[in-house]
Amino acid sequence: MESTALNQIDYPILSIIVFMPLAGALLLLFIRNASAVRWTSLFITCAGLAAALPIIASFDKTTHLMQFQEAYEWIPSWGINYFIGIDGISVLFIFLTLLLSILSVLVSWKSVETKVKEFHIALLVMETAILGVFVSLDFFLFYIFWEAMLVPMFILIGVWGGKDRIYAAVKFFLYTFAGSVLMLVGIIVLYYNGSATLDILALSSMRYPFTLQCWLFLAFFAAFAVKVPMFPFHTWLPDAHTEAPTAGSVILAGVLIKMGAYGFLRFSIPMFPDAVKFFALPIFILSVVAIIYGALVCFAQKDLKRLIAYSSVSHMGFVTLGIFALNTQGVEGGILQMLNHGIITGALFLMIGMIYERTHTRAISDYGGFARIVPWYAGIFIIFVFASIGLPGTNGFIGEFLIILGAFGAHKLFGVLAATGIILGAGYMLWLYQRVFFEGYKEGLSVHDINFREVVTLLPLIILVFLIGFYPDALLDFMHPSVEHLIEEFRADTNGKNIFSQYIGLHLGGR
Amino acid sequence: MVPLSWYIMLSAVVFSIGVLGFLMRRNLIMVFLSIELMLNSINISLAAFSHYLQSITGQIMVFLVITVAAAEAAIGLAILMAFYKNNPTIKADEINLLKG
Amino acid sequence: MKYALIPLLPLIAFMINILFGRRYIKDKAHWVSVPAVIGSFILAVSAFMDVKAGNVINIDIYNWIASGSFKVAIGFLIDPLTAVMLIVVTSISSLIFIYSIGYMHGDGGYYRFYAYLSLFVFSMLILVMANNFLLLYFGWEAVGLCSYFLIGFWFHKKSAADAGKKAFIVNRFGDFGFGLGVILIFLTFGSLEYTHVFGHASVIAGKTINFFGYDVGTITLICLLLFCGAVGKSAQLPLHVWLPDAMEGPTPVSALIHAATMVTAGVFMVARCNPLFDLSPVAMNTVAVVGGVTAIFAATIALVQNDIKRVIAYSTISQLGYMFLALGVGAYSAGIFHLYTHAYFKALLFLASGSVIHALHHAGHHDEQNMQKMGGLKKHMPTTYIVFILATLSITGIPLFSGFFSKDEILYRAFLGGGLGKFLWFLAALAALMTAFYSWRLIYLTFHGKFRGSDEHEHHIHESPKVITIPLWLLAFGAVFAGYVGIPPIFYEHGDRIGEFLAPVLGHPLGHGTHAEEIFVIAVSILVALAGWFIAYTMYLKKTELPQKLEARFQPLHKLLFNKYYIDELYSKTLVQPMLRASDKIFLGFFDGRIIEGVVNGVPSFIASFSRGLRRIQTGVFSSYALVMAIGALCIIAAMVFWK
Repeated sequence: MESTALNQIDYPILSIIVFMPLAGALLLLFIRNASAVRWTSLFITCAGLAAALPIIASFDKTTHLMQFQEAYEWIPSWGINYFIGIDGISVLFIFLTLLLSILSVLVSWKSVETKVKEFHIALLVMETAILGVFVSLDFFLFYIFWEAMLVPMFILIGVWGGKDRIYAAVKFFLYTFAGSVLMLVGIIVLYYNGSATLDILALSSMRYPFTLQCWLFLAFFAAFAVKVPMFPFHTWLPDAHTEAPTAGSVILAGVLIKMGAYGFLRFSIPMFPDAVKFFALPIFILSVVAIIYGALVCFAQKDLKRLIAYSSVSHMGFVTLGIFALNTQGVEGGILQMLNHGIITGALFLMIGMIYERTHTRAISDYGGFARIVPWYAGIFIIFVFASIGLPGTNGFIGEFLIILGAFGAHKLFGVLAATGIILGAGYMLWLYQRVFFEGYKEGLSVHDINFREVVTLLPLIILVFLIGFYPDALLDFMHPSVEHLIEEFRADTNGKNIFSQYIGLHLGGR
Repeated sequence: MVPLSWYIMLSAVVFSIGVLGFLMRRNLIMVFLSIELMLNSINISLAAFSHYLQSITGQIMVFLVITVAAAEAAIGLAILMAFYKNNPTIKADEINLLKG
Repeated sequence: MKYALIPLLPLIAFMINILFGRRYIKDKAHWVSVPAVIGSFILAVSAFMDVKAGNVINIDIYNWIASGSFKVAIGFLIDPLTAVMLIVVTSISSLIFIYSIGYMHGDGGYYRFYAYLSLFVFSMLILVMANNFLLLYFGWEAVGLCSYFLIGFWFHKKSAADAGKKAFIVNRFGDFGFGLGVILIFLTFGSLEYTHVFGHASVIAGKTINFFGYDVGTITLICLLLFCGAVGKSAQLPLHVWLPDAMEGPTPVSALIHAATMVTAGVFMVARCNPLFDLSPVAMNTVAVVGGVTAIFAATIALVQNDIKRVIAYSTISQLGYMFLALGVGAYSAGIFHLYTHAYFKALLFLASGSVIHALHHAGHHDEQNMQKMGGLKKHMPTTYIVFILATLSITGIPLFSGFFSKDEILYRAFLGGGLGKFLWFLAALAALMTAFYSWRLIYLTFHGKFRGSDEHEHHIHESPKVITIPLWLLAFGAVFAGYVGIPPIFYEHGDRIGEFLAPVLGHPLGHGTHAEEIFVIAVSILVALAGWFIAYTMYLKKTELPQKLEARFQPLHKLLFNKYYIDELYSKTLVQPMLRASDKIFLGFFDGRIIEGVVNGVPSFIASFSRGLRRIQTGVFSSYALVMAIGALCIIAAMVFWK
């Protein structure tokens, strides 16, 4: 067992971070005044981020081991424990979640007028569930959090959503649930194969027979691929994004869909390396198809949120491509791109939500000439547009470049194909920007420019865009040992340096 | 000394009346009373067996059933009241919102 | 370290203007940007002196990205090549910044203009000062971004917004190759630093790489991919389509970005990578052919255009073609030399035409860029006229003007380059003839003859203010004398000072011709320049009915040229339209809508139709449920009693 205890802080900091929002949600039950609810919710989310700051200071960046571990017996007769901890991969997602939760509360300040208390309770419960997923080291605990996430999201979309909210909410729920159930089956099979333990670290260090690996991989793949979402399991995403309230879209795009890719990193690759290698080609193909297909479909969109949702499909294609390239640049680029996507797409959804509050329309054709009407808004929007396109100097560039570098190293053809996504990305994003902000100025339309609260909401994201763009080491440093370890283990298990080594002789465009 | 079989007969008769009432009455109040009849018929047989077997368990069960019956009646009547406020009827066959 | 300030000063100016310009600075934005860029210029001069004294500055400021073996720093390299570029960029920017004070005066987006322009200078300086390929790529993309902003500066005009977007996206096509080239460099050399890569180039020479089933020389592939980027940025065939449209931007932008600096980034990059290109004859020939063909191709289009700025834009494309031709035949320093002289006379041409447009615009003329509506401006705008003549003498390669020296060097080097070189020399000479023709045509249509607008407009035409004419004079000085740093050795033995200065980076061009050959080339180039001038003189000054006759006589050809060979239409019909239609109908409508959503919604609706049958059983009358329950209970009891 390599899970030696590494708790550098003498109080259970992770549990506090995870359950603080849940406690806050309980507290909210007793508050009646809507504005008090908002302030309390803001306070709780901010306190969560503040409580997590000691992690940065005492995080050990030189080890791949799980840090800040907490382990308690829970249901000993079944081998179920309360076991949590973080490593260099999950720590960044904790912070992304905490940050986006604060922003979600802020952006809902005015836009949510009905059932304010219930809305914030749902948000806080969801925050706990998401954080729980990233820290869980026990499959039972993990699965509980994984499924617990669906309920508040279902409610958020179904109650505070747009016109077709019920359809979107049910579709979202069933889609993801169908995938998760297969994963549950996989977990149960693992339980009986792995000497009746649900300890993720213990299960990761075991070797399984090849056929079993393949079946288990597919079971887990069902859950993760829907969540990512990978092509062709992506059609829930546009509906869910479009109908969800702004905060819902932000959480959905920012962290919820990152869990699929996180699952690949945490479970699929360490546990089923041979199956990963076996399925590498189909996954690469699906990723590249997602990149190009998602981008092409964006050209046909008439709805702002739908366009951004489809662009997520394209960007997440980059993420899976990078992760499954399974070399340092690819995986680190993939992880970084997940964070970037959370920041950029989160910000774009925030901004669309802000303008929607004023215009009450999401149809692109209803906009035009907004650079004159709301210049500050237009100026901030274009930062995120270019970050999304992957312009050097912004965070999007670092992620995409590392991913393409990794993919190119794994297999040239896919590197080249993925790079075409960058051309298409520039095409649809700039066309969107032109239609909304440049041409078709309508006289006499008066819309308020962005206000102080909204600037505060966006400022952390703007700073992150440039911070990661100019100094990505700040984030990459956290993940180096974990990623190196992941890749070393994978290569040791599969006896190969390159993920495509079994395809030598197939001449798929040469390795 | 009344033989045990008589008690059982009585219990069976009362239970059957309860079942028939439950199936046939349209008024929901009467339906509730029929349920009470059924529960109490069981109580009769439980008490009789308890005496016959000289075991306290049966009588404990009787108390449990009485408690459950009380709770059930309270909740049931409350639901009925709430329902009556919205739909002014307590006819069993007119309450068919769940019809598929 | 102080040289880090060279790019930082304009960046600071950008920040100040973009953050505070709208509310506080407004029409005083030049007080922020102009000193910043002049500061950069002064520092650039001191850097130049430093390099001239024999120092090469190569410092890493901090580690940018590190991932596994991949490490890139933000760092600067100032060697002779960079020093020359620094001087070109900062000197021309300074003049254009000053010029813009007058030109952009009163524009609503004045602060925005200076902000973007400062950002551009920052990006361009990063581009030329980078010491590794990724930072070069950073500058490369960032100048594209500024170009996007500045072309679309008057964004409420659909044509301007379209042009900006087009420029960015067409450039992305080139950058696609450039980015892959950078990645391939890393995978081949294990580093992106210039010194490392160029130092190890000879080790890689001769190695091949399997690319889509073909064995290609690694170096050749890298060079061709990098050249893709140059083709996009420097508007060479077939990615030249964005540059003429880019003229939608304000004229100072056209002068600075789309003539003097940004578009020459491709030339700079190829020259920078000369140790790689030298190892690949295939790549070199590609560069030379693309350059030569573009030179003549763009020149033919320029013959018949009527928009004053578009003529100059096509002329720019053509001149860039010359530069690539020079690079392709191995005469890197000649290419850079032409870049340097071209920067001055082309910026001057643009700014002078801007002066014309400015004057006509203020006179209330609505078709202010159409040369057919001009004429006779000589007497109203004498200064503009004179500097225009000087720039034209220079670009057409009249001896003693700067363009002569650099263009002649290129033609001579091409002539020495074997069979292919001779052919390209022929193309280039022909292009020179056309250059002379359209340049003089422009002058005659604009300044000579009678004014072809209304009298009322003519009455209001005035010479531009001092803030515009002084930069014009300064640039005119450059346009005339800039060439004297590169006098051919045939005239003056140590005349090629710029070639000597750049030699440590770019080496000496191969091959030596005889004096007779050199004199022959010079004679031909002078001859074609004069011939072009003479034809234009005849057609547009003496026999003014001739153009129309010729147009009628060769109507299909004229139409073809006037419509720029229909290349825009071709791209639109074969690339853009089909993609948009496919994305809507096939991908979204059919694939997403029918197939995937068909399955996704089909499963639930199948279940729904199944359950619709089962639903009948639910009567909703609870007594019937109870009956079923009772019957069920009876059955179970009966089963238990009678089973055994």
